[in-house]
Amino acid sequence: MDEKLLIESLSPIERNVLPNISARFSDIDEIAKASIQDKTTALRAVGFLKNKGLVESKSSEKKVVILGILGVNYLKKELPERTLLNKLVEARNSVPSKLGTNVPSSSGKKSILIGEIRNVCGLNENEAKIALGTLRKKALVEISGGKLILNAKPGEVTNKMIEELFLEKLPMDLDAVKDLDKLALENLKSRKDIVEIEGQKKMKVKLTELGEKVASMDLKTDLVEQLTPKMLKQNSWKGKKFRRYDLSSPVPRVYGGKRHFTNQAIDYAKSIWLEMGFKEMTGNNVETGFWVFDSLFTAQDHPVREMQDTFYLKGMKGKLPERCKKKENCILFKTQQAHEGGIDGSKGWQYEWNGEDAKKVLMRTHTTSLSARKLREIRDTKEFPAKYFALGKCFRNETVDWSHGFEFNQTEGIVVDENANFRQLLGYLKQFYKKMGYEKIRIRPAYFAYTEPSLEIDVFHPVHKEWVELGGAGMFRPEVTIPMFGKHIPVLAWGQGFDRIITEFFRINDLREVNKNDINKLREMKFWRRD
Amino acid sequence: MTILTVNKKELEKKVGKITPGLEDKITEMGTPIEEVTDNELSVEVFPNRPDLLSLGNFARAVNQFNGKGKIASFKINKPEKDYTVTVEKSVKVIRPHTVCAIVKGLKFDDEKIKEIVDIQEKLHNSIGRKRKKIAIGVYPLDKIVLPIRFIAKKPEEIKFLPLEAQKEMTGSQILRGHPAGREYAHLLEGAEVFPIFVDANDEVLSMPPIINSEKTGRINEKTREIFIECSGHNLVYLKKCLNIIVASLAEMGGKIYSMNIKDNKSGNFISPDMSVEELEFDIKDIEKTLGIKLIEKDVKNYLARMGIGYENRKEKSVALIPAYRTDILHWIDLTEEIAIAYGYENFEPEIPEISTIAYEDPVGKTKQIIGNILAGLGLLETSSFHLTTRRNIKRMHFDYNDFIEVEDSKTERDVLRMDMLTNLLQILSENSDAGYPQKIFEMGRVFSRDDSEDTGVKETERLAVVMVDEVMNFTDLKQVVDYLFKMLGVEYSIENVENSNYIIGRCGKMIVEGKEVGFIGEVAPRVLKNWKIKMPTVAVEIDLDWLF
Repeated sequence: MDEKLLIESLSPIERNVLPNISARFSDIDEIAKASIQDKTTALRAVGFLKNKGLVESKSSEKKVVILGILGVNYLKKELPERTLLNKLVEARNSVPSKLGTNVPSSSGKKSILIGEIRNVCGLNENEAKIALGTLRKKALVEISGGKLILNAKPGEVTNKMIEELFLEKLPMDLDAVKDLDKLALENLKSRKDIVEIEGQKKMKVKLTELGEKVASMDLKTDLVEQLTPKMLKQNSWKGKKFRRYDLSSPVPRVYGGKRHFTNQAIDYAKSIWLEMGFKEMTGNNVETGFWVFDSLFTAQDHPVREMQDTFYLKGMKGKLPERCKKKENCILFKTQQAHEGGIDGSKGWQYEWNGEDAKKVLMRTHTTSLSARKLREIRDTKEFPAKYFALGKCFRNETVDWSHGFEFNQTEGIVVDENANFRQLLGYLKQFYKKMGYEKIRIRPAYFAYTEPSLEIDVFHPVHKEWVELGGAGMFRPEVTIPMFGKHIPVLAWGQGFDRIITEFFRINDLREVNKNDINKLREMKFWRRD
Repeated sequence: MTILTVNKKELEKKVGKITPGLEDKITEMGTPIEEVTDNELSVEVFPNRPDLLSLGNFARAVNQFNGKGKIASFKINKPEKDYTVTVEKSVKVIRPHTVCAIVKGLKFDDEKIKEIVDIQEKLHNSIGRKRKKIAIGVYPLDKIVLPIRFIAKKPEEIKFLPLEAQKEMTGSQILRGHPAGREYAHLLEGAEVFPIFVDANDEVLSMPPIINSEKTGRINEKTREIFIECSGHNLVYLKKCLNIIVASLAEMGGKIYSMNIKDNKSGNFISPDMSVEELEFDIKDIEKTLGIKLIEKDVKNYLARMGIGYENRKEKSVALIPAYRTDILHWIDLTEEIAIAYGYENFEPEIPEISTIAYEDPVGKTKQIIGNILAGLGLLETSSFHLTTRRNIKRMHFDYNDFIEVEDSKTERDVLRMDMLTNLLQILSENSDAGYPQKIFEMGRVFSRDDSEDTGVKETERLAVVMVDEVMNFTDLKQVVDYLFKMLGVEYSIENVENSNYIIGRCGKMIVEGKEVGFIGEVAPRVLKNWKIKMPTVAVEIDLDWLF
């Protein structure tokens, strides 16, 4: 860029600061002063000028003594030793009080009991100790018989102590601290938080060769900084030049509002099922054991029902579906029969089914409870074929680590159709995962109490090049469908962990981050996007 | 998850060299390989297949699946003299059933003894439900005198030397003082009598489901003949369990002898019964379920690979289920057997041409819209847990006590959230290092008690918004709420209320069509202090259910 263009691209602050920089290194503070700018602005200008190659800078560090937290406070009020000194003066001048804190001493001077210093002066233990120590060191007081007696001449009391004088001078370059100040600093340094020695960066700036050239030119070009409505109205922009911007210079960051990343992905996943003609089902997070387990042919002594795996609600007892007059239509009776044995020739679990166990109230361990309730509804609506999906939270009483949460999302689905079969189950799952970004799926045999045949599905992770286990699917057993429909109608069913297939996109390696709500991270999180 | 770990050399003796190809086959069979080391092979066994939980049974299944093994058949020898176990009336109240067998011709070494101990352990923990449902005992026959009685006695009257103990102990002492006793004490706790097996000399063999006697209940390398019993409450499962053990011992070369179980109350029978179970099915049903074409020859072949026999009887298909299988409850279970043998990877996925109309839940749809409106105003949506802590709720709602609690939570969170604000204030409190202003919102379910619900718990959909900054007041929030309601096309009004969770005079309830739908206000300094939030905060929480 030639010099002229450079001048046209100088912002007002650069234009203001540049003439105050010389060919020799000079202090940024002086430059700021000469430019009548605050230091931050001057630094910004120097930064811009550096980008343009007009100045160079070097920084050095110097040590500065500044006030600490307590120091600021003491400077405003007084040092504890001053408080004590004043109280002693007060004591000397006062008459004995009823409280007995001031007692006459034999010499006629009045004093304060050592143990009472804190109370009388309103100091904490540490301050009281220091105040006492300091005054003794300065020989302003003496201790006799557990009492503190003032030993100072009036002048010594009214004169400022060297520490007080020093505090008033701060901040101060460490190099400049001399004589009595040095002593005061030593005394104060041993006491916490009164003074601090801080390394301060000092920047020196000088012009480059190009800078010298430019600085020597006329900087007062009449450049327009900002187009205004007034200029537009008056046409005063005509024939004017606008200052050139440095387009590559960084700008302050802004963050937009947005949906939570899991909700973005959930909305997308919903759209996949909707496109395939599925209806959405929703329902409660809190359910009875009947809908989470019993209606799904999960034996009452199945380990999954144990307390250590499931969140049961304390002291709660739910209601079972009503017993109806006609046993054949009664889901409760038929479910009991399925468990005990005798549905469509099934042996069942051959035990005595206990209705009380089914009344337990719990946080649903899978969204399949929604499917179970939906089947019950379809029995009445006779909606065949029916395709339903859900995306919802599930709860397991687990110890939390990077790969396990006690709350997680599941994607659930059922297809109820006289002609539904195992291959169709694979078809729907394959299609869904393809749209979620997983081209390759693998299925393996699996076991679930309520499906037969059952399968476990894995997707091949295109980035990690490994199989990721997602969860189960299958076809509901007659022991599930017959109590619902009165006869066996094939039902394809699946319920897979959802969080695991979206975390990679958001670069999350630890499932605990999903609900961490770290605002900084949420602000930086990119939007869910799939082709 | 149940893992079977077997000695690799012993397994290779039975199934041949473990090649990568064979490993794949084992996984396809439905026992995914967990780990293969130089000496051991571990597979996962699903809960429906306890019959695979021993080397012998597992090897048999692998060979069958590989097309190398025959369908198992077991020769059962008749009971010899005194091969009797009498179940006395006294034991009916505590552990009513037992099934037993005698196996001879065994040769034990350390490896085999370990196998026997292992299979007991695995069965106890799976179908045995940690010995509650089934307890298994194995005894060297040469140490006991037949016949045997299964009886119950008062704990103080039972006295024997249990395994791993130094001296004789009574029933109650074992429960209190023996490691196994303490572990399983809950299974006998409070019972007036404890069950025991005793031999013809009144020697105690064991006290199920706790422990065997040291004298009569420990097998060693010299043992050739054993007595096995399974005791519990459910005869069906006991029989299955015994069959699994006996089948496994048969694989070790054992000869099986049955016993007479004399039970006046439930009836006498001969145990074990290893005959196959017959199950009639229709190949068409299998075809329809799996969506593939099958010919009878293939079905027979597939079932054989799963160890199941097949017969065609008068044009009807009959599956012959071996006695150790516990998982075939219904013909539907045969579909999976056939599917596994057919190979899951060989099924061609298909999407049928059936027309259904999609439907999106209006609640979800509206929540999506609300989310977009608020995001448009620069607000950030969060997603937090349904479970929280009492302490967190009390930081704002200091007088709230109607907690809905979960039992034995493994996390510190043990109550259901009763509002959304608690979670949002917690988020603010944990994010004091993030740039201000912070404006966040969340929608979700909150929980309250309601007897009219099936569960006694009502779930309500709520929206909460909180905003915090050095300068932040009611106006800032009201602008957001005004915009939201305007965009939703809903009119609302605010009425002053006094609520100590908010600054007095700056808190109102929100009314839509005469109904109260929410709270809005500047959060009280007390609450902010409790949360260690250092800047003024405004908050609104709105019920959403009336919108739908």
